[in-house]
Amino acid sequence: MDLSYTDEELAFRDEVRAFMRDELPKEMSDKIRLGEELGKEGQEKWHAILNSKGWLAPNWPKKFGGAEWNAVQRHIFEEEAAAHHAPRIVPFGLSMLAPVLQKFGSKEQQDYWLPRILDGSDWWCQGYSEPGAGSDLASLKTRAVRDGDHYIVNGQKTWTTLGQHANMIFCLVRTDPDVKQQEGISFLLIDMNTPGIEVRPIILLDGAHEVNEVFFDDVKVPVENLVGEENKGWTYAKYLLTHERTNIAGVGFSQAGLNTVKRIARAEMAGGKPLMANPHFAARVAQVEIDLKAMATSNLRIISAAAAGGAPGVEASMLKVKGTIIRQEINDLARRAVGPYAMPFASEAIEGSNEALPDPHEAGPVAAQYFNNRKLSIFGGSNEIQRGIIAKVMMGGGK
Amino acid sequence: MNFELTEERQMLQDSLRRYLRDKYSTATRNEILESADGMSTEVWTQLAELGVIGAMFTEDQGGFGGAGFDIAVVFEELGRAGVVEPFMDSALIGGRILAACDKTDLVEEMIGGGLQLAVAHGEPTSRYDMSHVRTSVDGGKLNGRKAVVMNAENADHLIVSARASGDVADEAGISLYLVPKDAAGLTIQAYPLLAGGRAAEVTLDGVEGELLTEDGFAVLSDVMALATMAQCAETLGAMDTATRLTNDYLGTRKQFGRPIGTFQALAHRMADMLIEMEQARSAVINAAGNLNEETRIRDMNISAAKNLLGRAGRLIAEESIQMHGGIAMTQEYELAHIAKRIIMADHRFGDTDHHLERYIALSAA
Repeated sequence: MDLSYTDEELAFRDEVRAFMRDELPKEMSDKIRLGEELGKEGQEKWHAILNSKGWLAPNWPKKFGGAEWNAVQRHIFEEEAAAHHAPRIVPFGLSMLAPVLQKFGSKEQQDYWLPRILDGSDWWCQGYSEPGAGSDLASLKTRAVRDGDHYIVNGQKTWTTLGQHANMIFCLVRTDPDVKQQEGISFLLIDMNTPGIEVRPIILLDGAHEVNEVFFDDVKVPVENLVGEENKGWTYAKYLLTHERTNIAGVGFSQAGLNTVKRIARAEMAGGKPLMANPHFAARVAQVEIDLKAMATSNLRIISAAAAGGAPGVEASMLKVKGTIIRQEINDLARRAVGPYAMPFASEAIEGSNEALPDPHEAGPVAAQYFNNRKLSIFGGSNEIQRGIIAKVMMGGGK
Repeated sequence: MNFELTEERQMLQDSLRRYLRDKYSTATRNEILESADGMSTEVWTQLAELGVIGAMFTEDQGGFGGAGFDIAVVFEELGRAGVVEPFMDSALIGGRILAACDKTDLVEEMIGGGLQLAVAHGEPTSRYDMSHVRTSVDGGKLNGRKAVVMNAENADHLIVSARASGDVADEAGISLYLVPKDAAGLTIQAYPLLAGGRAAEVTLDGVEGELLTEDGFAVLSDVMALATMAQCAETLGAMDTATRLTNDYLGTRKQFGRPIGTFQALAHRMADMLIEMEQARSAVINAAGNLNEETRIRDMNISAAKNLLGRAGRLIAEESIQMHGGIAMTQEYELAHIAKRIIMADHRFGDTDHHLERYIALSAA
């Protein structure tokens, strides 16, 4: 056991720091710091900056153009990215679809789609959830029927994150309705510009448009867009979900959030003293920081162990539950810290106005973030589903 | 002891609940939220006709209620329906300050539904400290900045607190002034609020107003005691709606082939929500029933309620969203607005921690 970084790791950290200092545009980090949206163009620009350094796909093998970083390198990068208010990477193509294509896709699919993910030709979104199939994903109903060289797709997907920007969607569809639920599902790549597809926005409780409904009405999809074998989609879906969870702990997000809380609480006065000197508030901050430090080490331990033997299993569920509890607690502290200034609808308050935010601490829309991040414990397999997995695996006598 | 509502209060509750159920749907409210004023004058007028505002004032003040339980009944119903019209700030706080300062004509106008007020008291650095007033008055001129002033741009008059003497956090030396909305030197920078309604940053630059009282703190602390109790009742109503929606959803939403409420992991959490609802209701009753007791007893009960409602409210808002799943995150579903009302209530009149500390201080006194 040795918790200190090696010389190589320190050198890597310096390299990442220098990169963030020199290459991360200030207007981008300002937006992230204030909790503002980057928009499609901004995201694509950040992806291009990372790609030109060869750092856009840290988890991809080198032969596909990835950085192939180990767990510690990824941890260092995330920590520095958070400290410098770098945007997050849009994960749908890079860390969700790509591992599936790399493991189960044909050579032609790999050669065509993977470079397009790196160079930004495609913006992918995820077609998993349906109105009746959320936590119970395998009950999905969107149908794909083979018709010559095509599948004809009918049905509806929902909670499609950033679908309004996407030109491609990877979908779980039902190709055989007559077998056990999990055995009749296939994994299809669908061009969003195909006739019969309609995207409708869902406005979230904080006013954000980040998710959508996607409707399919007799949508023709070429058979070469089937990944792997027909009716084996559930296997690929599960594989994708384990990769979705490799950054599930969100340590970098939590660290950045905690820094914001402290910055606000040092400036905010409560009863004639800085809020950070208030014992009740300080205790809450300390409590979550203690939890976060332990979880950061759990995260490293689990990722390091998994590096030897593939994607993490039940431990990823543990990180998801603890990680979301910590992030949500930090969001709660941030909204408490700003006091009455949590109430303004900050994103609209500044829209079309040159006036400063009605908030002396430049805290950004912390209350909106508190509400928005209630999603963390719901999506990607709710925390109830994760606890079910943990209990089933651990109490069932092994994994 | 008797825990039944009087006949008059029961009638008020019934008519108010019926009106809001029929006329204040999620879709109607979402239109109001999107509107430029952030409120509906029609809803305001019709609720005034139903007696909602009159119930906030005593007979001496020209109303027909004014006691803790009258106010609690009204605000619980407003909270249940997620009403965003400014009954708290304009009618209760503004109106009761004017009543305490014997502005009989304006109070009458308020009860009739024809007046809008805003109370400009909090400041950018006052947080929840009621005696923190930096805005100054000198030679009859008001100078300073007021923060998150509810209903400012819709108000006919603003009630402004200003320091005539003493240090920034002294209880003595705070005066209240009545300032017409179009007064020279008054600037209102308005914005929408996350949980509905509108507020503003108000700048006073040599503004002249009419002196209401030189004992502003005493008036404010009595009225804010009422308002804090009313806020607890409003939050209680909203929590009741969240609990009911969640209970219904657990019985109807199916995953893995059965209603999700049949999963014990969710059923037990629903049970905890129902237990906290009973606690919250009792805390509001304690606060409302002790409003006329000596100040320390009154304020201990109010702080107890605000602290308990803050904790129980957070539990119920978060658990309701979690057990619903994604649907509760969408603006068009009723729970989204209700959850925002519950959580944002923690930022009014002192949050959960503020009232815990106040309770400790009052207990030691």
